[in-house]
Amino acid sequence: MSAIFPKWTNKLPLMVAIGGLLTAGAVTAGVWYYFTPKYFRVGYQPIQPVAFSHATHSGQLGMDCRYCHNMVEKSWFSNIPSASTCMNCHNQVLKDDPRLALVRESAASGKPIPWVQIHRVPDFVYFNHAVHVNRGISCVECHGRIDQMEEVYHAKPLSMSFCLDCHNNPAAKVRPADKITDLGWTPSPDPAIAAQKQAQDGKKFVHDFRVESLNNCSACHR
Amino acid sequence: MRYFILIFAVLVLIVIGVAGKRGDITRNSPIQIFPDMKRQLKLRPQTPNGFFANGLSSQLPQPGTISQEKPMLVGGKEVYSFEDAPVNTGRVTGATNFIELNALPITEKLLARGHRQFNIYCAPCHGQTGEGTGITKKIGAMAIVANLHDKRIVQLTDGELFNTVSHGKGVMQGYAAQLTVGDRWAVVAYLRALQLSRLGTADDLAPETRAKLK
Ligand code: HEC
Ligand code: HEC
Ligand code: HEC
Ligand code: HEC
Ligand code: HEC
Ligand code: HEC
Repeated sequence: MSAIFPKWTNKLPLMVAIGGLLTAGAVTAGVWYYFTPKYFRVGYQPIQPVAFSHATHSGQLGMDCRYCHNMVEKSWFSNIPSASTCMNCHNQVLKDDPRLALVRESAASGKPIPWVQIHRVPDFVYFNHAVHVNRGISCVECHGRIDQMEEVYHAKPLSMSFCLDCHNNPAAKVRPADKITDLGWTPSPDPAIAAQKQAQDGKKFVHDFRVESLNNCSACHR
Repeated sequence: MRYFILIFAVLVLIVIGVAGKRGDITRNSPIQIFPDMKRQLKLRPQTPNGFFANGLSSQLPQPGTISQEKPMLVGGKEVYSFEDAPVNTGRVTGATNFIELNALPITEKLLARGHRQFNIYCAPCHGQTGEGTGITKKIGAMAIVANLHDKRIVQLTDGELFNTVSHGKGVMQGYAAQLTVGDRWAVVAYLRALQLSRLGTADDLAPETRAKLK
C-alpha cells in the first residue's frame, strides 16, 4: 500500500485538522474583531471645510456646548451653529484670518458651511438629545472628550448594545443637571470614592429625574 | 505544512496591516456591511436637499408666517409671539420708546434661569460678573467688550437692554436665535441683579439681615 499513499500522508488528517482550526479561528477572530461598529465607526474623523477646533473653543476658552449647539436641550436634533454664531466673536477675533474665510463668506451670503456629519444613527432608529440631556446624561457618554479634540472624531460605537448597556442601568451614568456640559466632571477626583458616590447619587438622580430603564424595542424603533 | 503556516501568517499580517486596529483614526466614512434600510428617503434638518432650488432641507419660513407656539402668560393675559406687545419688543405698544421695567414678574425661578443662560451666552465675552472681562477679552483676542456695570448701561431701561440682547448693538450681535423671549427677560433680570450687587448698600437689606452683618 505504501506505494499508493506515501508515508507523510499518515499525518494528513492531523494537518487538515490543524489547518482548518487555524483558518476557522482566524476568520472568527477577524469577524469578531472587525465586523462591529467598535471598529468601523470609532475613529471616523472626516476633513472639515473649516479647521474648527473644539479643544480651542470648549477646552481653552471654556465655552459651554450650548452656546453653539443651542437646540440640544429642546430638540431631538443638536444643531450645528450657523456662521453668524461664529461671527459673534470672529467679527473682532481673527478678523482677517484666511482660516476663517469660508465662515465670513457664509455669514455674508447665507450659504451654509458644508460641515461633514460624523455621528448618525440609522434612519430606523429614533434618537432624541433633549430626553438624555435633560435627564442627567452628559455629552461625554456618547461623544467622548470633545473638549480635548482638535478635530471631532467618532469616539463611541453608538451601536444598539452601546445604547442598551446604559438603558439597562442608567444609574451608573446620570449626573447632576448642571454638569451635563462639563465633560471632565467626576463625582470625586479619587476613582474609588467616585464610584461609591456615583452608586449612591445615581439612585437619587434616577428617582429625582424620574428616569425609566427603557429597553423595550418600540422606545428606539418606532 | 510549513508553507501553509507561512502563507497563513503572511495573510494575517496583511489583514492586520491593512485593516489596523479598533479606534484608529480614519478619514474614510464608515463601511456599511449590510446597508439594509439604514439610509432612507427622509428629510433631516441641516442636510442638503435637491428638491428645493436653494438646496436646503430646512426651509426658511415665508414672510408673514406666524409661529404656532403656545402664547405666553403675562400678567394673566395670553400674548402671542407675533403681537406688538411690550414683552415681545421691549417697547410700549404702538410706540418706539422702551418700557422701563422688566415685562415679566421677577421671581426666584426667573433669576435662576437668567443666571444659567447668562453664564452660557454672555459670559464668554462679558465674564460671569458682567465686567466685560470674559475669556475673549482676557486673552486679548477681542478689543471692545462693554463693561455692563458702566454707569450709562446701568441707567438704560430694561426695554432697551432687552432690545440689545435681541438685536445686538454696535459690534455685538443679537441673541434672539439662541434665547427665547422668556429667557431674554430672565437674562435682563439677572443682569440687573449683577449690577445691584455692585451698587447696593447695606441700607437696601432687610433689617434682620443687616443685623447679621459684621
Ligand atoms: C466666544 C467667541 C468665539 C466664538 C463664538 C467662535 N470663536 Fe473661533 N476663536 C475664538 C478665539 C478667542 C480664538 C483664538 C484666537 C487666537 O488664537 O488668538 C478662535 C480661533 C478660531 C480659529 C483658529 C484656529 C484655532 O483653533 O486657533 C478658527 C478656525 C475658529 N476660531 C473658527 C470658529 C468657528 C467656525 C466658529 C463658529 C462655529 C467660531 N470660531 C466661534 C473665539 C470664538
Ligand atoms: C464655538 C462653537 C461650538 C462650541 C462651543 C461647541 N461646538 Fe460642537 N461643533 C461646532 C461646529 C461648528 C461643529 C461642526 C464641525 C465639526 O464637526 O468639527 C461641531 C460639531 C460637533 C459634533 C459632531 C457633530 C457630527 O457631525 O456628528 C459634536 C458631537 C459636538 N460638536 C459636540 C460638542 C460638545 C460636546 C461641546 C461642548 C464641550 C461642543 N460641541 C461645543 C461648534 C461648537
Ligand atoms: C445618549 C447619547 C448622546 C448624548 C448624551 C449626546 N449625544 Fe449628541 N449625538 C448622539 C447620537 C446618537 C447622534 C446622531 C444622531 C443622528 O443620527 O442624527 C448625535 C449627534 C450629535 C450632533 C450632530 C447633529 C445631530 O443631532 O445629528 C451634535 C452636534 C451633537 N450630537 C452634540 C451633542 C452635545 C453638545 C451633547 C451634550 C449637551 C450631546 N450631543 C449629547 C448621541 C448623544
Ligand atoms: C449614558 C446613558 C445612555 C445612553 C448611552 C443612551 N441612552 Fe437613551 N436614555 C437614557 C436615559 C437616562 C433616558 C431617559 C429615560 C426616561 O425617559 O425615563 C433615555 C431615553 C431614551 C429614549 C426615550 C425617548 C422618549 O421620548 O421616550 C430613546 C428613544 C433613547 N433613549 C434612545 C437612545 C439611543 C438610540 C441610544 C444609542 C445611540 C441611547 N438612547 C443611548 C440614557 C442613555
Ligand atoms: C436603546 C435603544 C434601542 C432599543 C431599546 C432597541 N434597539 Fe435595536 N437598534 C438600536 C440602534 C441604535 C441600532 C443601530 C445599530 C447600528 O447601526 O449599529 C439598532 C439596530 C437594530 C436592528 C438592525 C441591526 C442591523 O444592523 O441591521 C434590529 C433588527 C434591531 N435593532 C432590533 C431590535 C429589537 C428586536 C429590539 C427589542 C428587543 C430593539 N432593537 C431595541 C437601538 C435600540
Ligand atoms: C461675542 C461676544 C459677546 C457676547 C457673547 C455678548 N456680548 Fe454684549 N457686547 C459685546 C460687545 C463687543 C459690546 C460693545 C458693543 C459696542 O459698543 O459696539 C457689547 C455690549 C453690550 C451691552 C451694552 C449695549 C449698549 O447700549 O452700549 C449690553 C447691555 C450687553 N452687551 C449685554 C449682553 C448680554 C445680556 C449678553 C448675553 C445674552 C451679551 N451681551 C453677550 C460682546 C458680546
